[in-house]
Amino acid sequence: MLTSHVDPTAAEFRANRAHQLGLIDRLDEQLRLAVAGGGERYVARHRARGRLTVRERIELLLDRDAPFLELSTLAAWGTDFTVGATVVTGIGVVSGVEAMVIGHDPTVRGGAMNPYSLRKTLRALEIARLNRLPVVNLVESGGADLPTQLDLFVPAGRIFHELTELSALAIPTVALVFGNSTAGGAYVPGMCDHAVLVAERAKVFLGGPPLVKMATGEDADDEALGGADMHTRVSGLGDHFAVDEHDAIRIGRAIMARLNWRKLGPPPVPSAEPRYDPEEILGILPPDPKVPFDPREVLARTVDGSEFDEYKPRYGTSLVTGWARLHGYPVGVLANHRGVLFSEEAKKATEFILLANQTDTPLVFLQNTTGYMVGTAYEQGGIIKDGAKMINAVTNSAVPHLTINMASSFGAGNYGMSGRAYDPRLMFAWPGAKLAVMGAAQLAGVLSIVGRASAAAQGKPFDEDADRARTAAVEAQIETESDAFAVTARLYDDGIVDPRDTRTVLGIALSAVHSQTVAGRRGFGVFRM
Amino acid sequence: MITKLLVANRGEIAARVFRTAHELGIATVAVFSDADAELPYVALADEAVRLPGAAPADTYLRGDLLIAAARATGADAVHPGYGFLSENAGFARDCAAAGLTFVGPSPEAIAAMGSKTEAKAMMAAAGVPTLPGVTIDAHTDLRAEAARIGFPVLVKAAFGGGGRGMRIVATPDELAEAVASARREAATAFGDDTVFLERYVVEPRHVEVQILGDAHGSVVALFERDCSIQRRHQKIVEECPSPVVDEALRGELSGAAVAAGKALGYTGAGTVEFVMDDTGSFWFLEVNTRLQVEHPVTELVTGLDLVALQLRVAEGEPLPAEVTAARIHGHAIEVRLYAEDVPAGFLPATGTLHRFRIPDGVRVDAGVADGSVVGPHYDPMLAKVIAHGATRAAAARRLRRALRGAQIHGVVTNRDLLVAILADPEFLAGRYVRLPSVVHEVPADPVRVAVAALAEAASRRSGFPSGWRNVPAHPQQVAYTVDGRAVAVAYRFRRDGVEIAVDGDPLALTVVSATPERVVLDVEGVRRAFAVHHTDDAVYVDDPAGSAALGRVPRFPDPSAHAAAGSLLAPMPGAVVRVAAAQGDRVTVGQPLVVLEAMKMEHTVAAPVDGVVTALHVRPGDQVESGQALAVVEETA
Repeated sequence: MLTSHVDPTAAEFRANRAHQLGLIDRLDEQLRLAVAGGGERYVARHRARGRLTVRERIELLLDRDAPFLELSTLAAWGTDFTVGATVVTGIGVVSGVEAMVIGHDPTVRGGAMNPYSLRKTLRALEIARLNRLPVVNLVESGGADLPTQLDLFVPAGRIFHELTELSALAIPTVALVFGNSTAGGAYVPGMCDHAVLVAERAKVFLGGPPLVKMATGEDADDEALGGADMHTRVSGLGDHFAVDEHDAIRIGRAIMARLNWRKLGPPPVPSAEPRYDPEEILGILPPDPKVPFDPREVLARTVDGSEFDEYKPRYGTSLVTGWARLHGYPVGVLANHRGVLFSEEAKKATEFILLANQTDTPLVFLQNTTGYMVGTAYEQGGIIKDGAKMINAVTNSAVPHLTINMASSFGAGNYGMSGRAYDPRLMFAWPGAKLAVMGAAQLAGVLSIVGRASAAAQGKPFDEDADRARTAAVEAQIETESDAFAVTARLYDDGIVDPRDTRTVLGIALSAVHSQTVAGRRGFGVFRM
Repeated sequence: MITKLLVANRGEIAARVFRTAHELGIATVAVFSDADAELPYVALADEAVRLPGAAPADTYLRGDLLIAAARATGADAVHPGYGFLSENAGFARDCAAAGLTFVGPSPEAIAAMGSKTEAKAMMAAAGVPTLPGVTIDAHTDLRAEAARIGFPVLVKAAFGGGGRGMRIVATPDELAEAVASARREAATAFGDDTVFLERYVVEPRHVEVQILGDAHGSVVALFERDCSIQRRHQKIVEECPSPVVDEALRGELSGAAVAAGKALGYTGAGTVEFVMDDTGSFWFLEVNTRLQVEHPVTELVTGLDLVALQLRVAEGEPLPAEVTAARIHGHAIEVRLYAEDVPAGFLPATGTLHRFRIPDGVRVDAGVADGSVVGPHYDPMLAKVIAHGATRAAAARRLRRALRGAQIHGVVTNRDLLVAILADPEFLAGRYVRLPSVVHEVPADPVRVAVAALAEAASRRSGFPSGWRNVPAHPQQVAYTVDGRAVAVAYRFRRDGVEIAVDGDPLALTVVSATPERVVLDVEGVRRAFAVHHTDDAVYVDDPAGSAALGRVPRFPDPSAHAAAGSLLAPMPGAVVRVAAAQGDRVTVGQPLVVLEAMKMEHTVAAPVDGVVTALHVRPGDQVESGQALAVVEETA
């Protein structure tokens, strides 16, 4: 049982909370932009055509009152493309089946796909494949954003590859076609196991009337080329003819209800809420990421009954490891305490990861790391070998990993703590988190020292003023690039979440990963490092 | 001594008789039609005998089967209850011939009172005041007789009861049609189409006197019951004593009733019914030679068990001293809870009674229990609810609270009407009550609709926060039907509580707790708890202030479900008695096409537009369900 030492009445607590609420406001503002899609005018025009917005379609598709974890919500943030990248992806429950939902937002440039939409879609399909989640596509897209075709065309083929691979893995795929699904987009219903087409709305063809006219001289209309009536009676591409959008969603839910779907992972045991209020997490997080905090205070507000059995509490104390349950699922937790990873922490983590694999226990990584320790004593002590052990263990661990960047994720610490490149099944960041090869000040400082050394070696004078300006510029650039928004915009995680929602997010994620078999790596015993 | 009693009846009265029989140590036998096999009274009896079929003519009116059932089970007595064969002299005779004790008056007394015209003549001779009237035969000059009696006149079946075959006629021109239709109804209902005319007392009070006679020549009056509040000539509220009868008048009524009983040599329980005008003048109406539906009010104020006394008299014992010494203690009021749709014109309602619970503190004589199916075959009375109090006001208040807090789910009832009557200042003042027009005591107010949505959300709770989203999202949307109108609820659970709006109007409420069965809210500082009951097609929200039934609306409309335009649907379950048009007929708006009969009422389905009958789906004699298509009329341009 964890005992909290937080005083919610302290001034520091209140200041921390105020700072976090500011960060959350900033997040909410961007989320509202993403939800607004193409903006009021385009949404109004879409509705005037008697169509539902993508989020209305998703709400109707999902089981009532079931949670929906939207992913990559701020994709394309800070770019020329609309935040959210014209597509909505997320994990939700459809007719009792946990599924990946992928829906085009036709209010943004007709749902056209840009390089960020592509990465977001591919990430959703990858999550579906790794976790064995059936996929429901809500299709209405004008196709590729043609000016960006250079970055799009070649990798976009992967969508159809992923869809058919899912099918080969017996992971069902469903396409509900509400509108345009043309050219390349026509392969989405084409590659899915089930296709539902909405009467007089769905347009599924390789080439529309103008292209056909140009190519063959034939005069053909939309309906004859790719309407729901034609495809469900003549071509057979459509399995179901839906009289309207609601009907299509009803049929989609019926298809999901008939999948005879069974999750392969073990079911959860009954769970208790944490004994401490998750709301208080905001008061625990210091505004300055350089100030460490005790992750046990976060765990006390996250895991079932605030019960946490710590592993090696007296060894490698800069990293907290231990066992808990979350929404009834057993988990092993690795959480950074005082940012730096020393040899002891690396060895402790390695053993812990091996143990979790022995017991088929999913792992949760709570990142707040500045990386592996540097310095003569540590290099001579074999920090590279110990860090390598940890990275080896993380890489070859076969149990599901879930990663949250709570505050900072720098250097190889990001790798050792199961960062993006180590294929955590899902990965999220808190709104104030930073991620980079190193801290902005350190990086700028390193560049300055290297520059000074280079000048000295070449016998050139060193311009101190120019160096100060350059250092400041580099620091500002890296600071911006380390920001959680910039990181998530590039799909380096699966979204930014409100810290108070951590238990819910991890619970949904754990439930999703249990759609797949949960099994650890076997072969060697647990090495005592 | 009676050792085993067969009750030749069903529902609440069978259960009522069984209770007393068991207390007296008498074994019991129930009879049941196929439609009634699962009703509680069948299980309550020691033994039960099936009467194949459902129609009364095949079951509870089959004296031969009832006597055979008594023989098969070794019963030595038959209690006829009320209705069915309770006032059939032939059945009473057949019982006697079969060696069975008939718990009721002599066949002669029944026969004498069976014909209303003969009864009236006999009572007039005995000095009981009677209304002017005449029996109609082929030679009757209707207009002349009606003029003699004075308008308005009442057309009434000679062998009827319970309001069937009864018509009020205000002008000479309506007379012929009223007599014809009364004859038709009397013929179907009672097998005899004799009807008579009688002075109709405008806004009469219906006051009746309970009498008990024994085989030793005593006839005792057990005070009056006031049954003035009726709908369609059916009593729905009854009380003892009458608020307009004083000791002197009570003496006069009792005297007249005892005179009537003596004239008949009456044995057992009977009721002498009178109409009374606003001056306290009263006239003989009829004698009901059986236990009345409303007998419990007499029991509650006298402390007597009328069924026990009936059995005692049937066993040849004299009436005990407590009967002659009986006094009125306090006041008792009974209401009849009917399965019927009041706003639709008291149409009988059917369905499965998913839940039937009446709060404690009142007497409930019920024929149904949780899960009972209310069908179209018999009288749609579900139960009688009877309250006793030191005063009339106390009894009314107790009864009102019990009705309001009752959980009656799955079948539409007249409960709101009864509550409205009990709250009506005219009723509480003891004056005659015209049925209140506002019958929705508790409309499904937005809070109750919200409660239904919150309880349903609670039933779907998964361990995660209900409807959790990590982006600003649309609220959860559900809809219900309330009195045929769709009501939309939108709600979203947030960190700091629930946002909920009904038909777009936000409600200021806090959820204290919510489970599928119970929701506690804080509504603007007032804490209210609601019980919620879910069935396949409705959600019921109850609290002590009342009950709301909310119909479920499917989340997705069925794309194939709509009836052909111009379809005429049956407004109630029933039997087709007449089809007044043929396929291909050109019809005008309002023209009757199909006549349905159910539970004492004929209902005409008329052409909604000028047009052509393009389809006709029913024939006379067909049994139809509510909502079934009867015919299609295509409008002509």
